[in-house]
Amino acid sequence: MTETLPGAAIPNPTDEAAITAAVDQAIAAIAGAGSLDELKAVRLAHTGEKSPLSLANREIGGLPKDQKAVAGKLMGSSRGRVNKALADRNAELEAENDARILLEETVDVTAAPRRRRAGARHPLSTLQERVADIFVGMGWEIAEGPEVESEWFNFDALNFKPDHPAREMQDTFFVEPPEAHLLMRTHTSPVQVRSMLERELPIYVLCPGKVFRTDELDATHTPVFHQFEGLAIDKKLSMADLRGTLEHFTRQMFGDGAQIRLRPNYFPFTEPSAELDIWHPGAKGGPRWIEWGGCGMVNPNVLRAAGIDPDIYSGFAFGMGIERALMFRNEVGDMRDMIEGDVRFSEHFGMEI
Amino acid sequence: MRIPLSWLREFAQVPAGASAEDVMAELVKVGFEEEAVHRPTDTLQGPIVVGQVLSIVKEPQTNGKTINWCQVRVVPEGQEQTLAGDGIDPSGVQGIICGAHNFVEGDKVVVTLPGAVLPGDFRISARNTYGHLSAGMIASVRELGIGEDHDGILVLSRIGLDPEIGTDAMELLGLYDQAAEINVTPDRGYAFSIRGVAREYAHATGTSFTDPATKVQAPAELSGGYGVKLNDDAPIYGKPGCDRIVARTVRGVDAAKPTPPWMTSRLRLAGIRSISLPVDISNYVMVELGQPTHCYDLDKLSGDIVVRRAVVGEKITTLDGKERALDVEDLLITDGSGPIGIAGVMGGAATEVSNSTSNVLVEAAHFDEVSIGRSRRRHKLPSEASKRFERGVDWHVADIAAHRVVDLLVELAGGVADQAGTDVGTAPDAVTIALPAAFAAQRIGIDFTEEQITTSLVDLGAMVEKNNSGWTVTAPSWRNDLETKEDLSEEIARLVGYDNIPATLPVAPPGRGLTRVQQQRRRLIQALADAGLTEVLAYPFVSKAANETFGVAEQGAARSAVKLANPISEEHGFLRTSILPGLIEVAKRNHSRGFRDLALFESGLVFLPGGTVGTPSIPPLGVKPADEVLDALYDGVPDQPLYVAAVLTGHDSPAAASHTPRLWDWSDALDIARLAGDVLGVEVVVSQGAHQAFHPGRAAQLSLRTGEVVGYAGELHPKLLAAHDMPARSVALEFNADALFEAAADVIVARHISTFPVATQDVALVVPQDIPADQVLEALREGAGELLEDVALFDVYAGKGIEEGKKSLAFGLRFRATDRTLTADEASAARESAVALAAERFGAVQR
Repeated sequence: MTETLPGAAIPNPTDEAAITAAVDQAIAAIAGAGSLDELKAVRLAHTGEKSPLSLANREIGGLPKDQKAVAGKLMGSSRGRVNKALADRNAELEAENDARILLEETVDVTAAPRRRRAGARHPLSTLQERVADIFVGMGWEIAEGPEVESEWFNFDALNFKPDHPAREMQDTFFVEPPEAHLLMRTHTSPVQVRSMLERELPIYVLCPGKVFRTDELDATHTPVFHQFEGLAIDKKLSMADLRGTLEHFTRQMFGDGAQIRLRPNYFPFTEPSAELDIWHPGAKGGPRWIEWGGCGMVNPNVLRAAGIDPDIYSGFAFGMGIERALMFRNEVGDMRDMIEGDVRFSEHFGMEI
Repeated sequence: MRIPLSWLREFAQVPAGASAEDVMAELVKVGFEEEAVHRPTDTLQGPIVVGQVLSIVKEPQTNGKTINWCQVRVVPEGQEQTLAGDGIDPSGVQGIICGAHNFVEGDKVVVTLPGAVLPGDFRISARNTYGHLSAGMIASVRELGIGEDHDGILVLSRIGLDPEIGTDAMELLGLYDQAAEINVTPDRGYAFSIRGVAREYAHATGTSFTDPATKVQAPAELSGGYGVKLNDDAPIYGKPGCDRIVARTVRGVDAAKPTPPWMTSRLRLAGIRSISLPVDISNYVMVELGQPTHCYDLDKLSGDIVVRRAVVGEKITTLDGKERALDVEDLLITDGSGPIGIAGVMGGAATEVSNSTSNVLVEAAHFDEVSIGRSRRRHKLPSEASKRFERGVDWHVADIAAHRVVDLLVELAGGVADQAGTDVGTAPDAVTIALPAAFAAQRIGIDFTEEQITTSLVDLGAMVEKNNSGWTVTAPSWRNDLETKEDLSEEIARLVGYDNIPATLPVAPPGRGLTRVQQQRRRLIQALADAGLTEVLAYPFVSKAANETFGVAEQGAARSAVKLANPISEEHGFLRTSILPGLIEVAKRNHSRGFRDLALFESGLVFLPGGTVGTPSIPPLGVKPADEVLDALYDGVPDQPLYVAAVLTGHDSPAAASHTPRLWDWSDALDIARLAGDVLGVEVVVSQGAHQAFHPGRAAQLSLRTGEVVGYAGELHPKLLAAHDMPARSVALEFNADALFEAAADVIVARHISTFPVATQDVALVVPQDIPADQVLEALREGAGELLEDVALFDVYAGKGIEEGKKSLAFGLRFRATDRTLTADEASAARESAVALAAERFGAVQR
């Protein structure tokens, strides 16, 4: 390593060979510097005050006038070469140094902790919103109502005769005292009645919400579940309009390949009444029709209960279960998963459905 | 309703090879849902044949039991055994070990030969047992899956059979038959009969149908029979409880005779157990024609039969042996001795037919649906009869059914029918409906032809008469569900086929989209989920204690809650007044499954009954109630606001390399409540609160600027957490979301954004420990005046250097003017005036 050159002879600034040798020596030392610290020592040895080149430079002042210019030129270019080599090597070593530091700062990105966690929506809740959005897109409005309801809204206004077996089949939770005629709604149809009483005609509303039946919880039953019901009241609505609406909705919901089937059924509040099946090509055990809900043309007695003239207006209504949709659409096998609140259930669905 | 196919075939064109599934696939088209298939051969396979016991050798065993070593002939003498296989003896005589003793040599029995399979996948094979090769089994009804009889093996002579040896016993016992089970909707009472289903099968397939009622040759008129009076002095809704009774008598029957296997087999497939010959006949006719009938032991009757309502204190012992107190609304069949039956529901024990009965009175009646339904509910006595009566039975079939029972009693029980009989009552008026020509097409959306309309209705059994504007339709007597033109349009659509209804999409008028509240609710719920909380949906059923712990009430006022009359469990017999009990249950469930770091929330209605609860009566159907009646209905419904609650337990995030999770604490609960306010644009004001479910020193009351209290947040009470086995320091919050929605600003007015330089000043104030930081901050804000842009608490300190009982609060104040650069003096002056107000209000001293 060249640090200083003690006792070396001072080169003659006019001796081009000697100066070139000193320059070559300096450039070799610069190239040999392996670190910024080494380069600093090289700089001192070859460009410092005691370096051969500096000493030679200092000799120029004592030269005869005619040699000064030649020597000046020689020394200038020589020192310029050395300085450039120093600057270049310095830049190289700095870049190397920076790169090494960054390399040393390398982390294992796969070991990064999760500090912020997104929570999760319950899939029944997101699925309800999805259904609502489809109907809102069709110009329908969303109507809601109370879960504890007057018996009149839940049954009588919907043409359930007081002693008809259909009333009993609803497995109703009644509220104390029974003389107060309050119950937990067994369907969201009371919201339809409220809508007919409170809104201007024509009416196109979707009524989603919680409903209650006295079923014990098991894999396929729950005493609390969610429905959405639709109601359209307008002039000249027919069952064809009902089918068209349901077809449009199921295609939005399940894709263009979705098919529906209507089967005759009975509900006190519709006449004719139908059961709605949807075709499930991906069902476990092969493609099949899946029962999804009921629908029909609003019974004239229901219109009368809301003060609507059935000779001028007609309407259709339908109702489907959200839990059931989640079961066949998202392959939830056990109803209990939906109500137990196990965080793994909701978190698996995240924010979307 | 279960339909044995052999029975259906008598009256409808069911293809020979059709299965129960095929029949159900047809019936579903006309509105009968498939329920189940009942097919003995699914679990029972031959060879199962008739055998004759040739010899029995009794062999006592060391365990004290005696077994029988039997030789049983299974092929007629002189003929060859055509069956082959392991254990089938070519001689036609099988050696069989039998443990039962209820048979003797010469008896004909059912032999399950090696290779047969019995219900429960019980495979018959020849096996060595008790020192013999037992090659088959002599079967009991239980083993064959056709009865519950424990009295040993089935001896064919005891069921009236003497078949040829070797006969296929499965054929003999009707075990190749099968039944389709369909769901009958509550409006279609007529379909609780072979008669009704056969007609529907014909509708579904477009084939012909024979009405079983027309096959019965009932006399046109009856007179001179047993005395019967209809005497209903308290009709329900003005409708007499009974408007027809037919009574017939048959003498000299042998009630102890066995019911023939073809009948028991059909009844069994229809889901009805064989009881005795007269009862089986009565049930058989009920299933066939839909008309329940009742057989009385004529010799046990005394005096005229009177149909009337019960009187106070009357009692009856019904067929099931139970004594029942009667209600004055119960319709009764009575004789001179008192009640002998609850009409249409269940007969009495005293006049029941028994094995010794020789004279029988057959009763077929027509009852009011409502009256029967009420009695059935009152006495909790669902029966095959009540099921049909409360849905409606054909008035015109009573005499036919009675005659069919009489015929069968004569044919099968050896009785002689009396010529005399009784038939009292008046037929209700037939229902006629005006059907305007275009109505069905309009309602259904199919352009029905005239022919489609009239053919459909005539096929149903209706009478159709054309008039100027359409048709006058007389509904069939068995269709009490047909009352309106809408009902007829359904029938036409049903018979033409719902699949033919086209699809048109009606266009709703331009809508308003989601309402403001609906949007606010979505935003709030989504924000909580985005903030890391998991949404759950718990049940609203809670205990009284839970409501007392979590409910909110005015000081000293009783907490009221809605109680269910018929809860699933008495323990959870109330509706929630708070979301928290359900959330805590869910949290505990997650803990038990190994998840202890939780942030759960739920949004849902709570039930807060106010002054009026319900209404003492409700208006009738089909009419719009008067405004004041409607108002009362609305007012009687309890207040049900939307609440949102959250429970946080354990840590805020999972532990990880280079990350130490933080335990949730009371301030997180407040933070979430404030976040909820932020996303709705509502300021949630926090103040020290008191709530029995929360830590007394770590609970915040949440209010609006108006002072309205909207909820609570903080650390749950340590004792409550311990009692629920919840982690210490778990926190919770709950607020009335509806109140926040309502408080949200409608339109936010923009504020001028000043670009002049900011001047910041810090101030540390020493105040008594019990002064809330928030109030000090508020004083600074007020005192600083307009130049203050923002103020924030950045440190709380108590201890060395601060007087005992005091604390130091450090605030950062940010000043800015809208129109100039503030001087240091101006900022300091504003700060001093802020401090002055804090000093005035709380004795704050600048440190």
